[in-house]
Amino acid sequence: MYFIEPHIHIASRTTDDIQAMARAGCVAVGEPAFWMGYDRSNVGGFYDYFRQLTEWEPKRTANYGIRHFAWMGLNAKEAENVPFAREVIALLPEFLDKPDVLGVGEIGLHKCTKNELATLRELIELALGRDELLLFHTPHLEHKLMGTRMILDLLRADSRVNRDRVWIDHCEEHTIRLVRDEGYWAGLTLYPTTKVTPERAVDMIEIYGPERLLVTSSADWGPSDPLAITALMAAMRRRGHEESLIRRIVYENPLTFMRQCRRFDFTPPQ
Amino acid sequence: MSTSSSASEMLDSEFLGMRCRLIDLAASLDRIDRSDGAPPADPRMAQIRRGLEILAGDAPDRAVRVQLEFSLPYDSNLSPLAPRP
Ligand SMILES: [Zn+2]
Repeated sequence: MYFIEPHIHIASRTTDDIQAMARAGCVAVGEPAFWMGYDRSNVGGFYDYFRQLTEWEPKRTANYGIRHFAWMGLNAKEAENVPFAREVIALLPEFLDKPDVLGVGEIGLHKCTKNELATLRELIELALGRDELLLFHTPHLEHKLMGTRMILDLLRADSRVNRDRVWIDHCEEHTIRLVRDEGYWAGLTLYPTTKVTPERAVDMIEIYGPERLLVTSSADWGPSDPLAITALMAAMRRRGHEESLIRRIVYENPLTFMRQCRRFDFTPPQ
Repeated sequence: MSTSSSASEMLDSEFLGMRCRLIDLAASLDRIDRSDGAPPADPRMAQIRRGLEILAGDAPDRAVRVQLEFSLPYDSNLSPLAPRP
């Protein structure tokens, strides 16, 4: 079965990983801009990273028949210095105009500070002003509930937000209902210790249904698995779910969400 | 939506994994005990204990409740909708 990996940091993965994903049936990936493990020292560091995501990584995946889509944004860990963040945000429109860029992401909160929130407001403003899709990163561990609720509060206050076009990622058992009840797309992240396991993801699919649900590996430079989607597929089969439901989760849902981007031009294999 | 397994079929498939994770947890607690010094009066140990109490109970939604145990409370003053001071 083909699958789409809608959230993976290809820039942090080896070519062997890309090849293994292609062999496992991956036909397209989404790569959000994120924190590369260290704070960039100047705005040029971001410029080069955005070029990497829109020029170099697409070539690397294309060698294995995987189509690459990127998201442009500034992560919360580097959002604390608001004037610096503003300089980075000024770079984004140039990249948002590129054909394989899906929207603004991943943006969000980390420790939920006032400065993070100030930067986040400017990023949301940029996205809504251009009618872009939005991808939100919710914080880790003990900050997740607080940060998810802050993001939902922020979006609820803005009448321009079309919830069909917003993906709130890294949901877990205690946040998925909040996100789904308000009509957003919810993302589940398959991480070995800090997020959800394939079995827990299947639990949430069973409890909440497949509507507006995306499951990803979010594989990056830390402990993570670029083939995590295949572990989810195996867990769903083991639990007796139909192939049509598996396909919906790993293929049709990502396509449905990504297709809302006016630049999205992809003929998926059947 | 759920699978067609009965509860006893589900227990059959979950039992060894649950047993293993429980022994793992017991061994982690033992390892902390065997380390130098007294067991730490660390709030994280109390969180673990409250998590175990949730598991030992019969009430549903244990995963959600354990998650909430490990979450900071939402301070509505922090809400972007809160009146600014
Ligand atoms: Zn990410």
